[in-house]
Amino acid sequence: MAASSALSNPTFTSSPTRHHHHHSLCPLSSIKLPNSSKQPFKPLISHPPPPCHQPQRATATATPTTSTSSTTSFHGLCYVVGDNIDTDQIIPAEYLTLVPSKPDEYKKLGSYALIGLPSSHQTRFIDPGESTSKYSILIAGDNFGCGSSREHAPVALGAAGVAAVVAESYARIFFRNSVATGEVYPLESEVRVCEECKTGDVVTIELGESRLVNHTTGKEYVMKPIGDAGPVIEAGGIFAYARKTGMIPLQSS
Amino acid sequence: MASSAIASSSNPFINQKDVGLSAFSSQPSFLIQNSRRRISKKIVSVMAPQQSERKPSTTGSVKNAMTMTEKIFARASEKPQLSPGENVWVNVDILMTHDVCGPGSIGIFKREFGQNAKVWDHEKIVIIPDHYIFTTDERANRNVDILRDFCTEQNIKYFYDIKDLGNFKANPDYKGVCHVALAQEGHCRPGEVLLGTDSHTCTAGAFGQFATGIGNTDAGFVLGTGKLLLKVPPTLRFVMDGEMPNYLLAKDLILQIIGEISVSGATYKSMEFVGSTVESLTMEERMTLCNMVVEAGGKNGIVPADSTTHKYLADKTSLPYEPVYSDDKARFLSEYRFDVSKLEPLVAKPHSPDNRALARECKDVKIDRVYIGSCTGGKTEDFLAAAEVFLASVFVVFVIVRVVRMREYGEVRSSRGFRTIGVGTVVLHSDFQSINAQGKKVKVPTFLVPATQKVWMDLYSLPVPGSGGKTCSQIFEEAGCDTPASPSCGACLGGPKDTYARMNEAQASFDVFIAFVCVSTTNRNFPGRMGHKEGQIYLASPYTAAASALTGFVTDPREFLQ
Repeated sequence: MAASSALSNPTFTSSPTRHHHHHSLCPLSSIKLPNSSKQPFKPLISHPPPPCHQPQRATATATPTTSTSSTTSFHGLCYVVGDNIDTDQIIPAEYLTLVPSKPDEYKKLGSYALIGLPSSHQTRFIDPGESTSKYSILIAGDNFGCGSSREHAPVALGAAGVAAVVAESYARIFFRNSVATGEVYPLESEVRVCEECKTGDVVTIELGESRLVNHTTGKEYVMKPIGDAGPVIEAGGIFAYARKTGMIPLQSS
Repeated sequence: MASSAIASSSNPFINQKDVGLSAFSSQPSFLIQNSRRRISKKIVSVMAPQQSERKPSTTGSVKNAMTMTEKIFARASEKPQLSPGENVWVNVDILMTHDVCGPGSIGIFKREFGQNAKVWDHEKIVIIPDHYIFTTDERANRNVDILRDFCTEQNIKYFYDIKDLGNFKANPDYKGVCHVALAQEGHCRPGEVLLGTDSHTCTAGAFGQFATGIGNTDAGFVLGTGKLLLKVPPTLRFVMDGEMPNYLLAKDLILQIIGEISVSGATYKSMEFVGSTVESLTMEERMTLCNMVVEAGGKNGIVPADSTTHKYLADKTSLPYEPVYSDDKARFLSEYRFDVSKLEPLVAKPHSPDNRALARECKDVKIDRVYIGSCTGGKTEDFLAAAEVFLASVFVVFVIVRVVRMREYGEVRSSRGFRTIGVGTVVLHSDFQSINAQGKKVKVPTFLVPATQKVWMDLYSLPVPGSGGKTCSQIFEEAGCDTPASPSCGACLGGPKDTYARMNEAQASFDVFIAFVCVSTTNRNFPGRMGHKEGQIYLASPYTAAASALTGFVTDPREFLQ
């Protein structure tokens, strides 16, 4: 465990009449990420294996270095949507009976990702009969993920195989849920990439350089750095991050 | 990312027994003034190391001015001072969840803290099934069972359970829509932090508290620790003055604002509502106002507590609370001013809550149905407002009859006072009594979904002013509306296919095959929100919704209320 002594985990105690458990927690902010976290960790939410018919699926390669996301990159086909894509379009309410923390229902959520898009979107995000998408990068306009707070939204995208969203801006709850679950990287573009890219373009995201490359058009775009949210998502969400960095024990007793 | 205070503290979570009360006595004045406040026995984040580096400017009266929201964050994170942009750990006073997000949050809690872990405080969690209740969908029903098992295991004090789906009244604990239930059951208190796994948790800001929506993972974290890392939002201030015209409701005010700043105009920001108009609003109207801040991207909405708040809470909660108020010199990102007397009834046209239009400019839009319900527009006062319009339509008939009689017989024979109203289309009968009974009937299916059991009971018991003792339910029945349904979120968000009033292809209870245009008192009209993707939803106030029901077109309620 790479935790420093400053993280000596204080115990929460409480009046014995009411509570029965001890657990340890430190604020995320006081943690400096250890230099080499070579210790393998299991992301909390398992990502689905790439569908075998798609040779150019997004691959995330992470080399342990001082900056954890310096060599992470995603490569694949992009799917483009516009402004104000709300969570009802990402995952309509009728599918919210699926509980994301149950693995089989998690997979089912993925199969319904973006099924709420109106028929003006002629290319479907997931082909009929498939349960994951051939598009691993989503490109959007302003205010992506607005509307309901349903965490099912980033979960559905992640379960469908999306590695990252590149949007002009995000609604706050969706952004927060993406980081907390570690399901997708919510990256912000500097320009309206949704008008520069078309569904089906082959793109690469160089996370460490905050760069988006559209191989089909030959253009490159700078994105805003993911910052502190990066290591959290890479670890697999806030709980995995907290365990990885020694803030909470691997499994509470 | 966090404030320096946390980073400098090597051991921020200190066992209270070690520190004792002396740490509290050296805290700034506003923390110790409230001696009535119960000090939690749980670990609190005591800034002991900070005392050594406390600057003079943070003590005594020389403090930077803060907004209401900033003050609540400061108190909840036990800091004397903070500014927008800081990330702080806040102590949560109430965590709410429901049947859609509860199971997922519980799953995460158990996975992360252990299958046998216990929640941080079994009296600060309120679990309210309300979304997909009256349905045969097995998974939806199972989700309520999951909540029940968890509440039993954890001894959760506030669980508003439902078992008998066929008769909601047979469930003594069941309430209905979570945000209305939270208010009615006294869980909303000024100065507190309320988090919920629902975007409309911001409704509770009407009580002068910080309330916002969070996802399952954050909720799982709170279940275990009672804390969450939150960023302090800057505040937009909305000053509303002027006397509220009798044809406007809070829904019109918030639609005005959202139309003004757009669906992302308040992203990551707090929306503070002040002014003489706001002070004149009832609690339910303030709830409507705060309810839709999320539709502007807002993090939270907030209304200063006053005598209206205290009166509402008097018979609902016995827990002490301490309101906070924005300092005179508090800094706001922007300030918007409205003269409410100049505003007109509005709608939000498909497919965005910021697609604002005057209701009277949409009078040629033919509609297929009207929906009155949800946390936004399904409270008791929302139904009273709708009833007022239906009642006013009856008066229209009375006046016309009177005029006719004057012309025919040269004298007036009437014992009722009349209001001055506009002209509507009426059917004339020679029999005065039969007109009295008939009034106007709705031209389209009109669905009524009371938010909670209390609201449902109010519809059947409260006399509507000016009706001669009739209840809302009677007025609705005479107008030809559907019978008020079992209280829940209903079709506001579509839901399982068998949800009452969902916008599906075919409409069962009336002879309408396709129902595509709906005027609704709900909060969102994105594509597919109420079911069918091609459905067109016009968001409106209960006045506008009722007026539209009577004409079969989007209608400005002044057609009936003036």
